[in-house]
Amino acid sequence: MNLPDDGLVLLVKQDCETCRMIAPLAADMAKRGIVQAIYSQDNPSFPEGADVRDDRDLETSFGLDTQIVPMLVRREGGRETGRAEGWHRGEWQNLTGINDLGQDLPDQRPGCGSLSVSPGMAEELQARFGETGLNAREVPVDFPEDTMEQMFDRGWTDGLPVVPPTPARVLRMLQGTRRKADEVVGPIPPSGEICTVEKAAINAVMAGCRPEYFPVVLAALDAAMDPDFAWQGLMSTTMGAGVCVVVNGPIARRIGMNHQHGSLGHGNRANATIARALQLLVINLGGALPGGTDRSTHGHPGKFGMAFAEDETDDAWQPLAQARGIAPGKSAVTVFGFCGTSINNTETVRDAETLTDSLSMCLNALYHPQHAEGGIAGMLVLSGEYWRIYREAGWDRDRIEKSLLKQTHRTASGVEAGETSYATEGDLVPKFGPGDLVLVRTGSNAGLFSTIIHGWGSGPRGSQPVTREIVP
Amino acid sequence: MTQSTTLLDPTSEKTGGIRKPKAPPPSLDGLTVGFLDISKPQGDLFLDRLETLFGERQIKVKRFAKPTSAKQAPEEVIAAIAENCDVVVEALAD
Repeated sequence: MNLPDDGLVLLVKQDCETCRMIAPLAADMAKRGIVQAIYSQDNPSFPEGADVRDDRDLETSFGLDTQIVPMLVRREGGRETGRAEGWHRGEWQNLTGINDLGQDLPDQRPGCGSLSVSPGMAEELQARFGETGLNAREVPVDFPEDTMEQMFDRGWTDGLPVVPPTPARVLRMLQGTRRKADEVVGPIPPSGEICTVEKAAINAVMAGCRPEYFPVVLAALDAAMDPDFAWQGLMSTTMGAGVCVVVNGPIARRIGMNHQHGSLGHGNRANATIARALQLLVINLGGALPGGTDRSTHGHPGKFGMAFAEDETDDAWQPLAQARGIAPGKSAVTVFGFCGTSINNTETVRDAETLTDSLSMCLNALYHPQHAEGGIAGMLVLSGEYWRIYREAGWDRDRIEKSLLKQTHRTASGVEAGETSYATEGDLVPKFGPGDLVLVRTGSNAGLFSTIIHGWGSGPRGSQPVTREIVP
Repeated sequence: MTQSTTLLDPTSEKTGGIRKPKAPPPSLDGLTVGFLDISKPQGDLFLDRLETLFGERQIKVKRFAKPTSAKQAPEEVIAAIAENCDVVVEALAD
């Protein structure tokens, strides 16, 4: 930035009506030596007839923290001592000391927004000309190297393309949280390398998150790091577990998460990218690669990341976050370790009792039909039609859950040896331990289906769902 | 046509070192062998059998266990093994 230390500096852009209005005056001021330098943001030939400095890279505009053009700045000894934004004859006369300046112009006209503050530009300029405050190593990719291929070659991806984490994009991501970039979030499994908010932001950029998703990513990270979640075990198990993120509360609507058609699948950016950010962290900081410290026998498509919003449009349904202790009106995430999904298809069912029987049969197949109370977790996803059957029968979350837990008991004789050593043949034994069956409601209102999200080993010896409030 | 892009490193920025495994001792005579049961089903069967075989050869064995295979071994278990044993057998089974 080559600014005169003393005198007046004027910043303009041709694409501004007020700048065009004052252009003849600006050229005259330059000719008379009243203004020492004119910088143009969009056309170095504007204003016509003046010696104009090219500021199309916006370095000077950024350096002077320009918000509005035209902007007239007075400098003395290398420091700014006054400025006028837009056209205000009195202010310009004060700055120039010329009492009859601009007599043929109106008293005042508002200026236009500086190109240096147009959407997305601030972070680009911060990265190029300012202090970013970022600590991550910079990796240059020189033309004609392909940035996308470079990221694959460096092993930074999950096999799908990722968004290049440029400093400007990372700065923009960090705008999504009040937490400081250098704040430590915690160790990422399996290798336990420490994650900062900045590293989380870099991986969230790569996953395709928008800045407004970032508080959800951070809350999910905090939840996953709770020892009860056993993230280390989940990421290295042969069962091929992934992290499922359920989002509740106002933020789900604000960031446009899908809780309707296909909410467990593709097609919505927030649903697709929030949990992917966690999985990229597991790869890039945790070092988990299939066959390395990720020992998945098969894995499953959900390991690319799975997040969805719960349908909270019916007040008769208690949202998952509230069932897990979060106050109404607050936003929260719940992380659930999972090993894939299956669908329950009972299209002829019309009443709550039959539906419960049907769902219980499918839930009993989790892991294996002969497996019981051996640390089994399942998340039952009720569709709109299944919920309608329960609601019309007057059932709420609590009754559905209790009924399913009761119906999923079976006689010990049908249970795999070694699972229930305390039970004799005629005893009823539960399929699920306390807290191991999680109910959520999402999906469209058409379709007599439910999805069962298969958990991993559960309870205190395995992975337990963890809920965290989302804070900005 | 000379544009370059700057990316920020998403990794820990550490270069992984490669450590050679410790050379096995030429003999277990006079050494203490730690058995770590990671609490996978039937891991104890394997260690029980091994303990019997080691006992027949008068090899000293100390048994340790993780509370669950799903989580890392507690620090105190790792410390106790490091303090009391010369070599370790870790059982993984199902």
